[in-house]
Amino acid sequence: MSNRCLKRGGLLRAAGVVASVVSVGLAAPARAALRAPLAGPAESSSGNSVDLSIDAQPLKFNDGGPVGKAIAVNGSIPGPVLRLREGEEAVIRVTNHLDEVTSIHWHGLLVPPGMDGVPGVSFAGIPPKSVFTYRFPVRQSGTYWAHSHSGGQELLGLYFPVIVEPAASEPFRYDRDYVVMLSEYSFESPERIMSRLKKQSSYYNYQRRTTGDLISDAGRTGLLDALGERLSWSKMRMDPTDLADVTGVTYTYLMNGSPPDANWTGLFHAGERVRLRFIDAGAMTLFDVRIPGLKMTVVQADGQNVKPVGIEEFRIGPGETYDVIVEPEDRAYTVFAETLDRSGYSRGTLAPREGMVAALPPRRPRAVRTMADMGMEMSGMKGMEGGDTTEPATKGKAADAMPGMGVPEEGAKKALLGPALPGGPSVKHGPDTHGPGNSSVAAVSRSRLDEPGAGLAKAGHKVLVYADLESTTPQPDQREPDREVELHITGNMDRYMWSFDGKKYSEARTPIPFRYGERLRLIFVNDTMMEHPIHLHGMWMELENGHGPTRPRKHTIVVKPAERVSVAITADAPGRWAMHCHLLLHMEMGMFRVVEVSPAKAAGP
Amino acid sequence: MNRRLLQWSAAAFLVAGVSAMPLRAQEHGAPAPASSPDTAGWPEPVDDSAVYSLVLLDVLEYQRLGNLNALRWDVTAWAGGDTSRIWLKSSGDLNFSSPLGGEVDLQILYGRLISPFFDLQAGARIEQHNERTGTPRRVFLALGLQGLAPGGFDVEPELFLSNKLKFSGRFTGSIDFFQTQRLVLQPRVETEFSFQRDEEFGVDPGINALEGGVRLRYELLRELAPYLGVGYRASLGGTRDRVLREGGNPSTFILAAGLRAWF
Repeated sequence: MSNRCLKRGGLLRAAGVVASVVSVGLAAPARAALRAPLAGPAESSSGNSVDLSIDAQPLKFNDGGPVGKAIAVNGSIPGPVLRLREGEEAVIRVTNHLDEVTSIHWHGLLVPPGMDGVPGVSFAGIPPKSVFTYRFPVRQSGTYWAHSHSGGQELLGLYFPVIVEPAASEPFRYDRDYVVMLSEYSFESPERIMSRLKKQSSYYNYQRRTTGDLISDAGRTGLLDALGERLSWSKMRMDPTDLADVTGVTYTYLMNGSPPDANWTGLFHAGERVRLRFIDAGAMTLFDVRIPGLKMTVVQADGQNVKPVGIEEFRIGPGETYDVIVEPEDRAYTVFAETLDRSGYSRGTLAPREGMVAALPPRRPRAVRTMADMGMEMSGMKGMEGGDTTEPATKGKAADAMPGMGVPEEGAKKALLGPALPGGPSVKHGPDTHGPGNSSVAAVSRSRLDEPGAGLAKAGHKVLVYADLESTTPQPDQREPDREVELHITGNMDRYMWSFDGKKYSEARTPIPFRYGERLRLIFVNDTMMEHPIHLHGMWMELENGHGPTRPRKHTIVVKPAERVSVAITADAPGRWAMHCHLLLHMEMGMFRVVEVSPAKAAGP
Repeated sequence: MNRRLLQWSAAAFLVAGVSAMPLRAQEHGAPAPASSPDTAGWPEPVDDSAVYSLVLLDVLEYQRLGNLNALRWDVTAWAGGDTSRIWLKSSGDLNFSSPLGGEVDLQILYGRLISPFFDLQAGARIEQHNERTGTPRRVFLALGLQGLAPGGFDVEPELFLSNKLKFSGRFTGSIDFFQTQRLVLQPRVETEFSFQRDEEFGVDPGINALEGGVRLRYELLRELAPYLGVGYRASLGGTRDRVLREGGNPSTFILAAGLRAWF
């Protein structure tokens, strides 16, 4: 494949190759498109047994444009769509043609620990010029993806969609489906990006507030208010325009490997129900996705069926997937995925015929962080002093329903805080500010699952919120968690340090112990002013969002600034598992932990 | 000889003291439990302890002071990890008078992140004056802070103990105001003070010198920004009197054109 590409004009043109992968099905009958298990012409469908080849490839988006280093799977970026079937065993032979160790992690798939593909946690990695065979039972269905878990390889293109066909029928109907894989690419190497951020963390932010902004804000709110607001930010030494670490200044945002100009196109016949399988394979980018003129119905989140939610826009964080169904009329629509910081976008088209284009929606201004993002106490919130790591600050409407709520007593066994539900109590931060690796704490944290997030509150249309997500079936384990683990998401933007509880991975190598079979609650408290998509390998996180037995389960959860999110976990997967921020540079800087579930034989009740 | 020994012991003590400060971050995990797979030879899952470095030519400019021309620099470099870094700093000027005059200042410091925004730095400093009368040289122990103060000020207070066992200090502060995404206005102050008289270097107790200025830079790249600046430098107190007695000019306006760069 790579040789073929090299001959053809000397360079792999990722966009073109990818288009061919996905476009196989454009003219073909519905659903045939993505059934082909692999794009490579040499490949034929062989059930759940496939070969993947990982090669370094030069990449460019247009003739005369810059040429960058990239890593392709079977010659394309993203790699080919891998189709698996629930209930079968997958056998995937990966050949590493690189000069370095590589790996493939099956993002969202529950596989045995040795097959999870995290070098240093599940295995030694795939050495250069060698073959590794992944073999695991496929125990679930839905839209997932896979990517390298080695250094900066994901940033260079080593990712591909994984679609698992369900054994039973799905609770929704569609005529045609497309993967819409969002990602980004920079002609700067991942190492260079990291080095620049270490030297100047605001390096890629060209949307800072200027003196002109101060003057216009003063005109709107009065000079004293505008100055006062700036003063409070500068007192904290924080920048309210710190929305993304790496931006459109260096990134080209991709849709199925195509830059905006290449306009990835999905064809349909008017009247069809089209399923779009959105995957955020971006390393550092949260996208706000909409299709102007078209209502979307969310039917799956992170591969799991959810009760249909009609929306016009959703935010997707790195690692997450959303499946939506649309019913387009006989016209073209723009699939528009703006970055959270509005510094760029990824774009494609849904059209009844090839070559059609719809208007691009007007760009929206970037948001600024608010004092709520900093976890500042709002009026009416009364805090209590002292305490352990955290304690409830106020009683919200959900507090009465929580028998576990109460002020923890020094020395006594800490009462469970209970789930962090929307509208629930705010919790005051404890005295531990997590050391020099953490530059601020959320004075109070609370659930923000019913908020669409920065810049979307005034979108003027329905934006998906986590509180909307409800599983179509009750979760199998309905036990109340009998233990809570609280983890603070911490960082020091100024130094570009990222960690949990103020410690990066190399300072906290001891795995977080889970007892096999136990039901526990993991509580994430985001002390930073950025969103962090937290990904747990090996086990589902049931998001406690107020839907009780039908709470949705996810593999990746975006935790908003100053937010407190709780998830229920059944520790049913013995072994060592990675847990980390899926902003991959944050992960690389140490926002990473190993969770270890004790062996099944030593299991307690 | 004894005195030199004393100085270097003190230096060693200072550096050792800083480096031995409790570093919460250094708690390494216990060995993996026996139930884990044999992880020998496995790579680290993430490379979160890489060494980075920076060389910042914060000031590199041609100055016009009254009827004197000078080249002035202020360079900071560091290498290391998140919490521990080796710092090299040099500042000074070269006056195009005849004969050439000026000052050169060089520091090597060990720094540790002691709070989210501040490094505590300790090490050695050497200063040399190039004057008509000779090239007097001093060495110092240096202890300083460097970081971002509330309000967004980059500050750098330092204390020095010279080889003549005289204490002195210096404070540098600056702040960036973005006029556009690339046009940055940077007010900057620098002051030197001394606790004791040092004839050879023309300093008296108190604040000896104060320099304030504003530089307006245009970031062609984040790494490369030409600038123009204006400033005012004044000798103060006993130092001012001394400069006057020697027929010097105790205060002067400065026009500057320079380049700010880092890599």
